[in-house]
Amino acid sequence: MTQAVTSFTPVAIVLISALAVIPISLSGRKPNLREFWTFLAGFMKLALLYTLLDPVMHGIRVEWELCQVLPGLSLQFRVDSFGLLFAFVACTLWIPTSLYCIGYMRGLNEHAQTRFFACFALALSATAGVAFAGNLLTLYVFYEILSLSTFPLVAHHQDSEARTGGRKYLTYLLGTSIGFVLPAMIITYQMTGTLEFSSLGIFSDVTKPGSLLVLLLLFLFGFAKSGLMPFHSWLPGAMVAPTPVSALLHAVAVVKVGVFCNLRVITGVFGIELLSDTSLDNVICVIAGITVILSSLIALTQDNLKRRLAFSTVGQLSYIILGAGLAESYGVKGAMLHICMHAFGKITLFMCAGAIFVATGKKYISQMVGLGRRMPFTFGAFLIGSLSVIGLPPAGGFISKWLLLTGTIESGHWYMMLVLLGSSLLNAAYFFPIIYQAFFGTAKEEDAVAIQEAPLACTLPLCFTALASIVLFFFPEPFFSLATLAVGG
Amino acid sequence: MDQLPILIIVFPLFTAFALTLLGWFRPAVCQPLTVVGLLGSSLSAIATLAQVVNSGPISYHLGGWAPPFGIEYRVDALNAMVLMMVSSVALLVAVYARKPVQKELGGKISNFYTLFILLVTGLLGITITGDAFNLYVLLEIAALTSYALIALGRGRAYMATFNYVILGTVGACFYLLGVGFLLIKTGTLNMVDIGSIVPSLSGSRAILVAFAFLMMGCWLKMALFPFHGWLPNAYTNAPTAVSCLVAPLMTKVSVYVMLRIMFTMYSVDWVFSVITWKPLVMALAVIAILMGSCFALAQRNIKRMLTYLIVAEIGYMVGGAWLGNASGYIGASYHILADGLMTVCLFMVVGSIVYKRGRAHIEDFKGAFSTMPWTMGAFILGALSMIGVPPTCGFFSKWYLLSGAYQSGDYAFGVALLLSSLINAVLFIRIVETAFFSATSDEEPDPHSHQETCYADSPPSMLLPLWASALALLAMGLYSSEIVTRWIQPVIPGGLL
Repeated sequence: MTQAVTSFTPVAIVLISALAVIPISLSGRKPNLREFWTFLAGFMKLALLYTLLDPVMHGIRVEWELCQVLPGLSLQFRVDSFGLLFAFVACTLWIPTSLYCIGYMRGLNEHAQTRFFACFALALSATAGVAFAGNLLTLYVFYEILSLSTFPLVAHHQDSEARTGGRKYLTYLLGTSIGFVLPAMIITYQMTGTLEFSSLGIFSDVTKPGSLLVLLLLFLFGFAKSGLMPFHSWLPGAMVAPTPVSALLHAVAVVKVGVFCNLRVITGVFGIELLSDTSLDNVICVIAGITVILSSLIALTQDNLKRRLAFSTVGQLSYIILGAGLAESYGVKGAMLHICMHAFGKITLFMCAGAIFVATGKKYISQMVGLGRRMPFTFGAFLIGSLSVIGLPPAGGFISKWLLLTGTIESGHWYMMLVLLGSSLLNAAYFFPIIYQAFFGTAKEEDAVAIQEAPLACTLPLCFTALASIVLFFFPEPFFSLATLAVGG
Repeated sequence: MDQLPILIIVFPLFTAFALTLLGWFRPAVCQPLTVVGLLGSSLSAIATLAQVVNSGPISYHLGGWAPPFGIEYRVDALNAMVLMMVSSVALLVAVYARKPVQKELGGKISNFYTLFILLVTGLLGITITGDAFNLYVLLEIAALTSYALIALGRGRAYMATFNYVILGTVGACFYLLGVGFLLIKTGTLNMVDIGSIVPSLSGSRAILVAFAFLMMGCWLKMALFPFHGWLPNAYTNAPTAVSCLVAPLMTKVSVYVMLRIMFTMYSVDWVFSVITWKPLVMALAVIAILMGSCFALAQRNIKRMLTYLIVAEIGYMVGGAWLGNASGYIGASYHILADGLMTVCLFMVVGSIVYKRGRAHIEDFKGAFSTMPWTMGAFILGALSMIGVPPTCGFFSKWYLLSGAYQSGDYAFGVALLLSSLINAVLFIRIVETAFFSATSDEEPDPHSHQETCYADSPPSMLLPLWASALALLAMGLYSSEIVTRWIQPVIPGGLL
């Protein structure tokens, strides 16, 4: 039933932002022109994505083969509904984040802004490449490009703290991808003779559950961008980056690429039926479940707002892996949708953290008492973002959490329901005090300087993403249909 | 067209004569003449490769004497490929050499280019010849010229050259002894002929000893781990242009010779069934990879670091050749090309840093991204290839080598490869970080520190070959399946699965 069409569009989508690096670098002396290129590339990317929506919705796969790099194995793009969903999330959020970057970077008069915007555009290209990758090798190529192109962003401040964070970032990501994913990929290729994704999995006649388990673990931990414990600690470390970077890359692009890769491996390489037949799904659930609970507990103890958000991200990413690990269509659908819902919620929260920093210079939660009355928009958005992440209506996070919970029952992993519910309580426990204190607490000594909202370029995007979180609760399209299509029904 | 194979050698050889005569009167023409000679050579090599790929191996009889008696040049896809690599890398280095040679070897320009092109002649001859003794002669030509070239360096270059002379000569002697034994037992010096006679002598101890001598000679020449002592000092202290030429080519050509001995003079059956050396050699390869990488970690001088990485990469190729399966063989022979290109790229980067800043310790890379953006851009490509990030060619050699290790169950070799990739990542990221984030110099605060530091990249004559090699890394990666299916697969020795 699935037809395939050869089209250059996916390549164009990937290339646009990579090509935008050239005009961005050349117009370094004219900031407004430079930012114009970013927006132009962003909107073109989004427009091209829309042209793909219709064919993909009708079950047509859009393909393009770049070149054959190994005998029988090529670099190849193949757009399916899950990939398109992810590309949509990343590209949609690139635009408000770029606006936010302008507000943030200029507000703080940061150095090396040209390098910043150039690397940002390159990272987006890599993300789109991951989303459209038609086989594991292509996925791996763009995964590596993303790690390398975001390194200058993480280490942007160039002081010793940033360098340590950056070093940790690369050590974890490159170490796991070379040490785990590469051998796993080669073993898979040797065992099966293919690396193409297939909804039935590619291990068709496998009699060796032991080696499957090893491969699964290598893949799960190898894509360390997904922050599964114990390979999560690069994520809080990478919070030394400027906040827009944390917002887009560490709540959306980078970490979501990690879970996207994991989901691809679970659904496309192993296949959920194989996993439940061999009871490997339990392994995924347990690893993800432990990460969910532990990271939420750690988040409770963090006073630095960005670090608290980082640990919250670690937990939420594991929701997604857990959902896929349920090996059942509701769970997988919930997982795919959670990529989108969490992205909108978490980017709002990160932007709020940045806006607070731009307006007041404050990083710690204990200093934010009473700020809510001075920055109502920011903290209002923060409230909505938290609702979405906790999974309460009327925010989008509710829908994905609902599906995930349904999945736990449908698949018979009812104890995972306890994990999810327990984690939701913990989420509430680490978010609500911030909001309560901000609106109702009284600061011990009033600041001499009157605090106002951050610049418009900072506040506008975060209000937009907060609104989007609410809108997604009522109209979760096209993401909902894409996720439904991806699980085949 | 029949004369193509000999043209590869004739161009540089006659250029060498011309240079000897002309160099006395007009040192200025030396470099252009070298470039022209090598251009001719590499074009002939490319044409030869095309011909071999299209219509099978070429046998060229020197002076018209028929093979077992006369010298035969035998070109199949494997050595056509190595010939192309050697001649084009030499061409790039010849273009690159102009400025560094003027700066470092002011009074000896004509001597330098004469030796340079003689060395290339030797290397090309080793690669093209089908005669075991002729190979020895050319090996000595390459070795003697490289001793002289390395001794042109400053500082401890004499001492390093002395070490190199001793060990190089020992290696050549081993090789010669091996050939002698083979001549006594088989009565021939032609490699293919030897290959046809050796199976009937498989029980002979003299044949075994000959193999041991030949391998020993190769391993000394290629600096496999316990025999690597001469290499780091010699290559570090050599003048820039010399290390750019010698480092990528000498060891790779020795690996090629090893492949020839193993699979043409001897056979798959002999190497893997009659003798049981495989575990031992694999262990040597693993140790070479690990020790080379670890020593590289300890170096502050980046040129020296690269020399230790060569030691590690030799482990890759020896291990791949001895895996005893097709993937390993593909990995080893593909890596001869890939490693030649990456090494020349990285050595040229280091050479540019030395040219601009006088030294190439890690501190000298500070701020290099803002002052020398083009050089460092190429450096990143070279580094990615060394780490093995796709789509650079380093990834694909690793892919084949790892596949081979998995197929034959040599997991230690696979783990060593992965560890070496990780160590390479640490090594290169450390340099990139220094080059990216540290200010140019701590002593003199720059008055315009907020502005970009002024652009001071190396001259175009250095950047052009550098970027050619860097882009070749990408191209080789993207076309790796073409290279493997069209060039390497036809020459995989029969017994390898």
